[in-house]
Amino acid sequence: MEYFIQQLINGISVGSIYALIALGYTMVYGIIKLINFAHGDVFMVGSFIGLYSARFLANAGLPPVLVLLLSLIISMTMSSLLGITIERLAYKPLRKSTRIAALITAIGVSFLLEYIGVLILGPQAKGFPDIMEKKQYQLFGSSIQVDSNQVMILITTIVLMIILQYIVRYTKTGKAMRAVSFDMEAARLMGINVDRTISATFAIGSALAAAAGVIFGMTYNSVDPLMGVTPGLKAFVAAVLGGIGSIPGALVGGLLLGTVETEISSLGYSSWRDGVAFAVLILILIFKPSGLFGKNVREKV
Amino acid sequence: MKKLNKKFWLGIIVALAFYGIVQVLLTTGIFNDVTRSMLLLVGVNVMLAVSLNLINGITGQFSIGHAGFMSVGAYTSAILTLDYNVPFVLAIIAGGIVAAIFGVLIGMPTLRLNGDYLAIATLGFGEIIRIVLLNTEYVGGASGLSGIPAKTTWTIIFLFTLFTVVLINNFIRSTHGRACLAIRENEIAAEAMGINTTMYKVIAFTIGALFAGMAGGLSAHTFYVITPGSFNFLKSFEILVMVVLGGLGSTAGSIVGAVFVTLLYTYLREFPEWRMIIYSIVLIMMMIFRPSGLLGKTKLNFGKLGKKEAKANGSIDSSTP
Repeated sequence: MEYFIQQLINGISVGSIYALIALGYTMVYGIIKLINFAHGDVFMVGSFIGLYSARFLANAGLPPVLVLLLSLIISMTMSSLLGITIERLAYKPLRKSTRIAALITAIGVSFLLEYIGVLILGPQAKGFPDIMEKKQYQLFGSSIQVDSNQVMILITTIVLMIILQYIVRYTKTGKAMRAVSFDMEAARLMGINVDRTISATFAIGSALAAAAGVIFGMTYNSVDPLMGVTPGLKAFVAAVLGGIGSIPGALVGGLLLGTVETEISSLGYSSWRDGVAFAVLILILIFKPSGLFGKNVREKV
Repeated sequence: MKKLNKKFWLGIIVALAFYGIVQVLLTTGIFNDVTRSMLLLVGVNVMLAVSLNLINGITGQFSIGHAGFMSVGAYTSAILTLDYNVPFVLAIIAGGIVAAIFGVLIGMPTLRLNGDYLAIATLGFGEIIRIVLLNTEYVGGASGLSGIPAKTTWTIIFLFTLFTVVLINNFIRSTHGRACLAIRENEIAAEAMGINTTMYKVIAFTIGALFAGMAGGLSAHTFYVITPGSFNFLKSFEILVMVVLGGLGSTAGSIVGAVFVTLLYTYLREFPEWRMIIYSIVLIMMMIFRPSGLLGKTKLNFGKLGKKEAKANGSIDSSTP
């Protein structure tokens, strides 16, 4: 039982990373119905920006907590600029064309980011600096262990979720986002600047992916230009699992996927991990065809 | 009808002439081994693209798990020739049939989903097949199967490709193909007109899987080695890119797309660092400036296009209303 709970804790920390990336997928999908395959690579870029700014700040002699906070903020800001740029240059010209054309463009952008990364940074993995010392904590006097990194992941995720909830629920941009995702044309008629709202969505999604990238780097201590592919795909699976377009869905999907994966690995079937993740997805889709939290849209005749 | 037939036979004659010219160039040694293997690759990719087009372009079902079917065919035929000494052509056909069975099994449950949910489910199935292969010792696990006899020749690949194109093209023009087109245009209306949408979707999926499996078998017998890694979702994307670049819904477009992407890939090999960057920029530019693909959905106009292979189709009536 304790072992199970231990794996659950590990699973939640992996799942938080998926959830943060999945939010970007889900928000962009909710607004322009585009599967933004380049999102996993924004996560990669975020991780690298985090790596270099953490190195720079640590060399400047700042205390670890400040290094973490600042590199998170720098990485999130720069990645959101990247997200806006990608949207402006690649996706905006395609707003009137078919969705599959936009999808192919997204795949193209994904390759572009990956291989520019390979060209500049080289294909080999780089070590991520230990920003904070890892400490182990015992929970309730039992043998269940939590390390400081996992606590940090959980705190970061929760804080970001609260900020996101606040933005989406209470700010003008958030209201505009909900309106645009409900009906883009009607929103435009009501005087909402649709283009700016879409840019804001990309900015927020990319910032969350960058945060996930920094956390990922701190957890696994190794980053490379192609590292975004698998987590990106997994996060997309998580978003679909929860019902793409739904923010709580992305959160639940990410956590569920992370937990299932860790439990499978802990049972000794780590090479089947990805397969089981997809099998869970397909099973859920067969019984709930629009994901766990997805709305069942009635077809109009 | 008579006119259509004339065009059909004209297409076949043009295709055979193309075959003859290449065959002469190959035997006289004007085409070297690199060109030869590129031609084989073009054939395999044409089969893959045309069969995916039947699912994605004609029936309108968004599938991105084509590499999964390809791997089923590749492994089946490779095992048959390696371990059971089954004749080569029979092994390829068997590979196709096993892939088609997988097509039915996967199609039945997943085709109830629509749009992007179907896409991710097919992608998931493709990945599950890959992971099962990765974890099966009998087929070599991660290192895959090697020493597969390289029996694919230009004649074989040409015949299989021609067969694929002709059969799928005739299917599209048949009553059943019209039903598939109707599903693409409006599923609810098609159902209201008495078309069994589920059945036709599964049929299209199965035919697509059948030819993807054969293409997989042929590619396995071209390159000696197959590994599960070569059939991952990036391979599925590559096939999708061919179909979309050529023009979704047009068989001629799929052929042109497959030829274009294969040539681009092969020639960019000379710039290894820049290969993927140039490729992705071409992809983005193509989609921004010509989102409907190279040929779009227009009817193929004879004489307008110099591509001989494209002519093999005769006319393709898939112009949208």
